[in-house]
Amino acid sequence: MNTPNILGFKRENGRLGIRNYVVILPLDDLSNAACEAVANNIQGALAIPHAYGRLQFGADLELHFRTLIGTGANPNVAAAVVIGIEPEWTQVVVEGIAKTGKPVQGFAIERHGDIATIAAASRVAKEYVQAASELQRAEFPLSEVWVSHKCGESDTTSGLAANPCVGNFVDKTDAMGVTNCFSETSEITGGEHICRARAANEAVGDKWFATWQAYMDEVIEPHKTSDLRDSQPTKGNVAGGLTTIEEKALGNLQKIGRRARYIDVLAPAETPAQGAGLYFMDTSSAAAECVTLKAAAGFVVHCFPTGQGNIIGNPIEPVIKITANPRTVRTMAEHVDVDVSAILRREMTLDEAGDALLDMVIRTCNGRLTAAEALGHREFSLTKLYRSA
Amino acid sequence: MDNSPPDFIAHHADDDVGVVVVEGIAGGQTLAGWVMDTDETVSVQTLDAIPLGHKVALRAKKTGDDVLKYGEVIGAASADIAVGAHVHVHNLKTKKW
Repeated sequence: MNTPNILGFKRENGRLGIRNYVVILPLDDLSNAACEAVANNIQGALAIPHAYGRLQFGADLELHFRTLIGTGANPNVAAAVVIGIEPEWTQVVVEGIAKTGKPVQGFAIERHGDIATIAAASRVAKEYVQAASELQRAEFPLSEVWVSHKCGESDTTSGLAANPCVGNFVDKTDAMGVTNCFSETSEITGGEHICRARAANEAVGDKWFATWQAYMDEVIEPHKTSDLRDSQPTKGNVAGGLTTIEEKALGNLQKIGRRARYIDVLAPAETPAQGAGLYFMDTSSAAAECVTLKAAAGFVVHCFPTGQGNIIGNPIEPVIKITANPRTVRTMAEHVDVDVSAILRREMTLDEAGDALLDMVIRTCNGRLTAAEALGHREFSLTKLYRSA
Repeated sequence: MDNSPPDFIAHHADDDVGVVVVEGIAGGQTLAGWVMDTDETVSVQTLDAIPLGHKVALRAKKTGDDVLKYGEVIGAASADIAVGAHVHVHNLKTKKW
């Protein structure tokens, strides 16, 4: 299959974006109000409020910085304004985003107050949105697009059709040189032998297994109060017919197709550095937390198969919904971008479904709003490793 | 080959369960099934009402037996399971946590 072209925005660092946001990024929870005020003043500016950023330390603080820097650095972002209560940490995020070469400026609220900060940041945001509005899309090969994958509110139809559809897409685009990424550490439980064997080589498989085992030993074992039946699978999964974590995991792994092999294992929000190929990222299976980390790693479009009907979106990474559940197609049609329920009626082959998803990814890259974008879904959820000081 | 829409689908020829893919299945119905892996058509008579997306037993299981789907173990029977029964949290349990 020839590699198709898409229309995107080439950024200063050579990465290809498919959206053109000017983001107003709070360093911390205290600065959400100022960021929202700036976005309210300036048409086309997008505030990304969140809940954290104070008194974090160690690996948890590193992840906070990596996620915020990665969000501003994402190629779907043309320029960024960062606002924090204190100047030092604000500057850390500004300098991290500045490495991409894109326009970025930071503002600290202490000793200035909200109103003066909002005024100064609004002037910069105005210049940024006007500059961004003059950037033009140009034609580039799909191989320059980074695509992330994660399923949610899964049911048995996910494993039968929606996830294999994504797997077919991954196999086809892996062969084109597209960078793909799957994740969800806890949700491979029961399929870990299969996942380990899908690594490009033994060292990468061992790295994956160590990542999975560490999550089991450090998070699940010390914190579980039961067999996790109330959380993994979720109540929605069980209502949809999934019974055990093994069944959910085997369905989840359908998303990596049959041929593609993953070439590296990424920490949360870590940017791929081994070239084109399939990656695994160590993340939660909570949809918004997972997609936020993928966007922060630089992925620009997300494929989200769902059974019972997860409605998630992301502020900067368009999320494409795929479902095979005929009831979800009927009752939640406004959330569905790609309907593959015909597979269950033997009216569509997996190959046709993979092509339909490829077509929707191309259209989304070219500018089509996903259902989640049109409905205003902008879930941005930071992953917290432990309590703040 | 019969390509009519199936009532249930099994992933793999070795699977002990199939997934009901239509709504409104009651007990005592004869269901047409499709085995994706081998493209075979099979059938089973239900013992229970089985909602869309839920599993029907294709083989009898004793308490403690492994249950296969995708050709892999998805858990162990926590009660005896007859062919045609609804298989879910009441008679199938994870072998993990």
